Amino acid sequence: MVTSILHRATGCALYGGALILALWALALASGPDAYGTFKAVMGSFPGKIVLFGLTLSVFYHLAKGVQHLIWDLGHGYKVQTASMGAVVCIAFSIAATLVVWIIAAMTGAL
Amino acid sequence: MASFRTPLGRARGLGAAKHGVGHWIAERVSAAALIPLVLWGVFAAIRLATLDYYGAIAWLNSSALNPTLLVLLVVTSFLHMHAGMRVVIEDYVEKHLSRAGFLLLNLFACALFGALAVFSILKVALGGAV
Repeated sequence: MVTSILHRATGCALYGGALILALWALALASGPDAYGTFKAVMGSFPGKIVLFGLTLSVFYHLAKGVQHLIWDLGHGYKVQTASMGAVVCIAFSIAATLVVWIIAAMTGAL
Repeated sequence: MASFRTPLGRARGLGAAKHGVGHWIAERVSAAALIPLVLWGVFAAIRLATLDYYGAIAWLNSSALNPTLLVLLVVTSFLHMHAGMRVVIEDYVEKHLSRAGFLLLNLFACALFGALAVFSILKVALGGAV
């Protein structure tokens, strides 16, 4: 139940994330000054909070999306399997987000 | 006895004339394509976060693969999010006029930002910036 509405909520959040991606491309095409401003905004503390939320959203939406594709193929409808899938989606999104941010910290991206 | 009703007259009121199927399939095909594209995109983002403007330009021009995957990621994402947001609007906005307004806004926003992103990537990749 909760994970179902979360799929929608994270999808809506990623809508905003895709607009940020478009602004990144626009900034890159506009030159060093615009790109510097973009990086400064996204690299600020609020910017990082947004990026962290988007990382969580991307992995959650991806995992839940895979579960939906499995459902569409006609599998995984047992209550136990479906509930297990919901737990796996949440665990995966948290684990993958931490891995990405640890890699980012180790490569000096933060 | 031959029926004098038109095919449209017979079909009216019997539900969707299979119009939803294309939308349903497009949403799933774009979802499947986005699995590898998004994973690549996340690692591209980690790499890009370590680079300044000139580094980012160099990254984009380092091979044909980067701008290609980036354009595919943008196009597939915007198609997918247009389809997804459309369903959200159709589910929650009941008034006919505001529903039409939001659906148009969704389409125009996706088209504008998607085109902006693709054009920007191509501009950089084809050497317009630097």
